Amino acid sequence: MSIARYSIGIDLGTTHSVLSYVELADENAEVKLFTMPQLTNFGSVTEKSQLPSFIYQAHDDEIQSQQMPLPWSAENDKLVGSIARNLGLKTPIRLVSSAKSWLSHATVNPHDKILPFSSPDEVAKISPVTATSQYLEHIAAAWDHANPDALIAEQDVTITIPASFDPAARNLTAQAAQSLNLQHFNLLEEPQAAVYNWLQTCGENWRDQVSLGDKILVIDIGGGTTDLSLIAVDEEEGNLSLSRIAVGEHILLGGDNMDLALAYRIKMKLQQDGKALQPWQIQAITHACRDAKEQLLTDNDIDTVPIVIPSRGSKLIGGSTKSELTRTEVAESILAGFFPETDITEMPKQTMRSALTQLGLPYAQDAAITKHIAHFLTKQHEDEGDFIKPTAILLNGGVFKSEAINQRLVSIINSWLSNAGVENNATLLTGTDLDLAVANGASFHGFAKHGKGVRIKGGLASAYYVGIESAMPAIPGFEAPLEAICIAPFGLEEGSNIDIATQEFGLVVGQPVQFKFFGSTIRREDIAGTHLDFWQPDELEQLPDIEVILNADSRNKGEIVPVLLSATVTEVGTLKLEAIPSNGDEVWEIELAVRQ
Amino acid sequence: MNLDLTNISNIPTGPDALHLILLVLSLVLFIALLTKKGQVIEKTIEKQIPVEVEKVVEVIKEVTIEKIVEVPAIVQAADPAAACQLLALLQSEARFIDFIQEEISGATDDQIGAAARIIHAGSQKVVNEYFSLSPIRSEEEESQVTITEGFNPAEVKLIGHVVGQAPFRGILTHQGWKITETKLPKLAKEHDTRIIAAAEVEL
Repeated sequence: MSIARYSIGIDLGTTHSVLSYVELADENAEVKLFTMPQLTNFGSVTEKSQLPSFIYQAHDDEIQSQQMPLPWSAENDKLVGSIARNLGLKTPIRLVSSAKSWLSHATVNPHDKILPFSSPDEVAKISPVTATSQYLEHIAAAWDHANPDALIAEQDVTITIPASFDPAARNLTAQAAQSLNLQHFNLLEEPQAAVYNWLQTCGENWRDQVSLGDKILVIDIGGGTTDLSLIAVDEEEGNLSLSRIAVGEHILLGGDNMDLALAYRIKMKLQQDGKALQPWQIQAITHACRDAKEQLLTDNDIDTVPIVIPSRGSKLIGGSTKSELTRTEVAESILAGFFPETDITEMPKQTMRSALTQLGLPYAQDAAITKHIAHFLTKQHEDEGDFIKPTAILLNGGVFKSEAINQRLVSIINSWLSNAGVENNATLLTGTDLDLAVANGASFHGFAKHGKGVRIKGGLASAYYVGIESAMPAIPGFEAPLEAICIAPFGLEEGSNIDIATQEFGLVVGQPVQFKFFGSTIRREDIAGTHLDFWQPDELEQLPDIEVILNADSRNKGEIVPVLLSATVTEVGTLKLEAIPSNGDEVWEIELAVRQ
Repeated sequence: MNLDLTNISNIPTGPDALHLILLVLSLVLFIALLTKKGQVIEKTIEKQIPVEVEKVVEVIKEVTIEKIVEVPAIVQAADPAAACQLLALLQSEARFIDFIQEEISGATDDQIGAAARIIHAGSQKVVNEYFSLSPIRSEEEESQVTITEGFNPAEVKLIGHVVGQAPFRGILTHQGWKITETKLPKLAKEHDTRIIAAAEVEL
């Protein structure tokens, strides 16, 4: 293995990806942003610091031969990045998008060719994993082209994932990166990456900003997801240290939802004036609303921002439609809609969805981010009815460029604290780059990995359990009660392994055997092998089933083999489950996530 | 009398001036024709010499070729591809060509204002994304500045009462703009830059 020259951080986002890098030899080296050449139109290649996470599956007649070259490939035949987003604006049925959200879908197998989602059969489909691979391959090819003497395969690469990703989604991300043949590679949770960016900007002074016993609440609002984490400030050998003690649930709610909310508001306004809008115009409004929102929420002198929707024909003046967005409207839609002043006891609304909606992405039903935060803090506290009281808050994501949103969110959390009798307000940690913190933090994390800085202790964000049916006489009309056995405890660190010696399972050779699989972000005390015969409904969350097939050449089909389960957290940061027979030296890997 | 005089003097002035203009024009054309002829003759001679001498004396051939190459180097045509490319970018981001090609005399200021927002926002995006701009002079406009000796006349233009020697003292009326970096998209071979915007057909 060669020694890495750079530490590379890839923020693999739902809507766009960014690559940052830093030279490992120099501890004072600056973290730099890499620009990626990409097609912006047929025959036109531009270098941009963001690669939009889109792929366009073009119709044969749309393609202009010899007009899709990339600096590293004259014969390129894929439309990835800006060109895909541009073409997809007008032909959405051929646009692959949100692949990242599909990786953690509960009922869809991310290896199935389903994207572009629900488009005509004629459109060539790819799987969410393939799409993710293609984004990574584009980024890697761009890097290798620019750095022929420091190929990405030999560098220290960190790819970020939401903290709420389940073990299957983490594995799938690692699988998508397989074609890059990375020699030094690991995954990092996005909120942790933001904290690394904060550590980087503070330098040695970070110890002055927090103290022993502090709990930092990280709120990371991306384009499509909201990701929550708690980081505790501990002491280790007399020095302050950091460990990630809790992560939130997967919430598909982000900045894009806010822009869309404003766009629909404009749409309603225009409809009241008798102007009907076409679907393509909504795209144009959403874009205009994003800029208007930022202006209205940052600049106190502006009260209205005009929104102009250009015509699609060549007559610009006659065909354009004009409306406006006011400060009050933005306050109502964004502040009251997404950050309402709710109590700590108010939880997000959950309504039963009809079976049909299960097919799409499971977007959060309650847009109130404050309620989701309240839910996280309450759920993570050991005592019923109480909640975790953060002493510091770190905000990340472009949404927080708005001072109005920051102040509102921090004051709501502080009102929860003061109502609960906490004297001191939570302090807002500042200094991070809201757009680039994740990528920059991920590359800076390379120093920590090499022991040259503070490393956030993470490990498994959940305890994991397999479900087995209780051995008791069958009662007609009742399902056999389920027991859960802990196979991987909370906080199990990267590079460690645990065998569950207390429970033997009988597996049938040649037949797939499925286990029910559960995760818990709140049962932190369970050790491997713990038997649970009772739990609260929200204590254990059911994950997609796991499966093992014993294709043993040395055994007879139908034979029952007693096995022990073994759990490993790999250096990459993924969970690996294996079945090891009590007699023999074979090892069978258990596949995570079998979606029905 | 006065009237007559003016009439007399007026009547010939018109044709005289006209004649004068015609004379100057024909002179200019004649000179142009001469110089052009001269060039043509020169060229034919230049071309003849190498053909005749080519086989015998190599040295002469070299000299004449040098001369022919020098002629087009005095002024060079700007690359039309880059200009077309910029227009295409301004059209796609700012609807620039749509706006310029449109008849606006009948439109209200409100309508033009709405269109101007699209053009302003889009053009700004193009300029910021593909060019890095910086002012040439960092001083406040309408303030006293001193232009030192050896300044670049392409960067700083002296106007008004231009007399004396450097250093010049004057009022900065316009700060100037300079492109410090261009990052225009790279084009594929045989890319047809003449197409500013493709026709669109919705199926």
